[in-house]
Amino acid sequence: MRTLDSSIRVNNFEEVNLGYNRDEAVAEASRCLNCANPRCVLGCPVNIQIPKFIQAIKENKMESAASIIEESNSFPGICGRVCPQEKQCEAMCIKGFRGDAISIGSLERYVADWALENKLNDTTHAISNGKRVAIIGSGPSGLACASVLAFHGCEVTIYEALHKAGGVLAYGIPEFRLPKRILQEEIDKLKKMGVNFVFNTLIGATISFSELKKTNDAIYVATGAGLPKFMGIKNEMAKGVFSANEILTRINLMKSFEHDAKTPIYAYKKCLVVGGGNVAMDAARSIKRMGGEVSIVYRRSLDELPARREEVLHAYEEGIEFNYLVNPLEVEVDGEGHVLGLRVAKMELIDEGGKRKSVREIPDSSYVIPGDMVIMAIGTNANPLIRKNIDLECDDKGLIIVDGTKTSDVAVFAGGDAVTGAATVILAMEAGKKAGLEIGKYLGIMD
Amino acid sequence: MYKVLKNEKLNDSVYLLEIECLEIARESIPGQFVIVMAYEDSERIPLTIYDYDKKSGSIKLVYQVVGASTLELTKVKDNLYAVLGPLGNRALIIENEANLKESMVLFVAGGVGVAPVIPQMKYLKDKGISVDLIYGAKNKSSIILENEVKDIADEVIITTDDGSYGIKGFVTDVLKDISKRYDYCVAIGPVVMMKHVVMEAMSKGLKTIVSMNPIMVDGSGMCGACRVMVDGKVKFACVDGPEFFGEEVDFDMAIRRMNLYKTEEGRAYLKSLEGEHKGCKGHE
Repeated sequence: MRTLDSSIRVNNFEEVNLGYNRDEAVAEASRCLNCANPRCVLGCPVNIQIPKFIQAIKENKMESAASIIEESNSFPGICGRVCPQEKQCEAMCIKGFRGDAISIGSLERYVADWALENKLNDTTHAISNGKRVAIIGSGPSGLACASVLAFHGCEVTIYEALHKAGGVLAYGIPEFRLPKRILQEEIDKLKKMGVNFVFNTLIGATISFSELKKTNDAIYVATGAGLPKFMGIKNEMAKGVFSANEILTRINLMKSFEHDAKTPIYAYKKCLVVGGGNVAMDAARSIKRMGGEVSIVYRRSLDELPARREEVLHAYEEGIEFNYLVNPLEVEVDGEGHVLGLRVAKMELIDEGGKRKSVREIPDSSYVIPGDMVIMAIGTNANPLIRKNIDLECDDKGLIIVDGTKTSDVAVFAGGDAVTGAATVILAMEAGKKAGLEIGKYLGIMD
Repeated sequence: MYKVLKNEKLNDSVYLLEIECLEIARESIPGQFVIVMAYEDSERIPLTIYDYDKKSGSIKLVYQVVGASTLELTKVKDNLYAVLGPLGNRALIIENEANLKESMVLFVAGGVGVAPVIPQMKYLKDKGISVDLIYGAKNKSSIILENEVKDIADEVIITTDDGSYGIKGFVTDVLKDISKRYDYCVAIGPVVMMKHVVMEAMSKGLKTIVSMNPIMVDGSGMCGACRVMVDGKVKFACVDGPEFFGEEVDFDMAIRRMNLYKTEEGRAYLKSLEGEHKGCKGHE
């Protein structure tokens, strides 16, 4: 796919991937073998009928391609952009065994953008079935659940603690990867379907969970992941050490990158980002756009990076440096407690035959990587507010215990990161969709 | 949108903000805070709730103008863009209410910290617990809510840095010489003040509760900006606090972290006062 030139894009927040034009989409679609037993569908968490929509593109029937996708996924504009396709549908594509897999994600995005441009998203209210459902959290899981339930005529209200809808899609994933106008279109679509959004409302604080239960027939808890993890190393509280969540929230939600932004961002010359996942890439690439040098610090090697391949490639193109096989031991600070760098130990990979190679520290190998800002992007712990505010059975990590999406309370369902711990957007959407169906069954409106 | 009922000046730099928000007023317990946003593009500002009226459904906040964002807040007349809350845990003194029956509690407030001690003092007085207050201010004209605190507390001692009202000196000077026996001390004010109150109280064997007010963004356990070191562990003020036992708090660390954005915020503040600087790029 064509991209914005890296020398231009490191100075702005515009979308990096430019998307296919019609000819490119048709050409890519024509490579599809339309297998009799399509493995790609099995690789998709929401089982989109991939060969069917690709054939429609090939035949230039974009409207029909859009409705095929819509049957399984209400948010193709988001998924086409943020799904780790190389680990899902595209990993299963037969073409990929000898050459390049079909770019299914790019095709999905093309169809979604085409539908948007041609105003195909004119959904309407379903006839109300009188059932009221409250959804806690407006992230990908909550949105997916709302979409299923509103389609079947439920009166859905989504409660969001922040002032904007979208959860991680709003505060976490940067503009250059998922433009906020795409997110807004998807949210507007839900509003047209009758979904009600209530902002600045923390369930358990602003409105009690028991009150919510009284006024609704069912509840879906999709509160997302929680507090950012820190390493517990020396001087981690130094001035200049941040969580990726904080930096991303400041930049994406509070628009710190805009010239006249009111929410500040820490001024730095060289930033070290610890971690190798999508959040680490998002943080590194976002902060890079604020000026200065950025280095990733990751304890395994390139092959083990859990981030989406494309993000890693884009990070390289944007001049982000990668330090592999190093693990932070402590934060080096000056007399005033400002960050001076990270003391790291060199690591080596050990192949124990497991899925993921483990690492071990090489004795007496430590050295300092200089930098005046450190961002920790090493995952999250469950938000303690769930346990405190919402009366549901949780495991010892504080994650909600579910059977499917059913919780210890018969009228309450849960899914997404609040159940699994930090995972991907599409897995959260899958759980939301599943919860929508299970809630439908529970309410007796679906079979 | 949240209706602003009052946004009035109490002194040179301190304002009283009264907002209509039925749900927050109904759920509020002393010790909790809210996050407010003046406009859609504003910074999220955490402020401790100073008073709430469950019947009329309003809450009151007191804030001091310290930078561009609080200055912007003074300009809001009709509606606030966002108010989130009530956030954080209830006051630790209420948490420990069971052991308080015959107790006496000493409150120490500094500057605008006098506002958040009011609901706690009221709560305890209603339970028949005796409360005193040492209230420190810069000078006579910076004193706020004097009548309110005198109506609630059994004894109020006011200090001013310059001696223009009450006793000349700091709250710790008074605390040092106090002979009454208290069971708990609750200190709310600038971090430096809380640090010294805790040290002084410790030397008297008095347990102190403090309310931390670090930098926050979301305020609901997502961003991790508000971390404080308590008892050698990282705690998040928004979900674990905002109140902690003073002797466990690493105040020096908290003071350093408060200054994190000082240059950035100072620059934004100056810009909003003087308009955009032109032609001095070299200063950046």
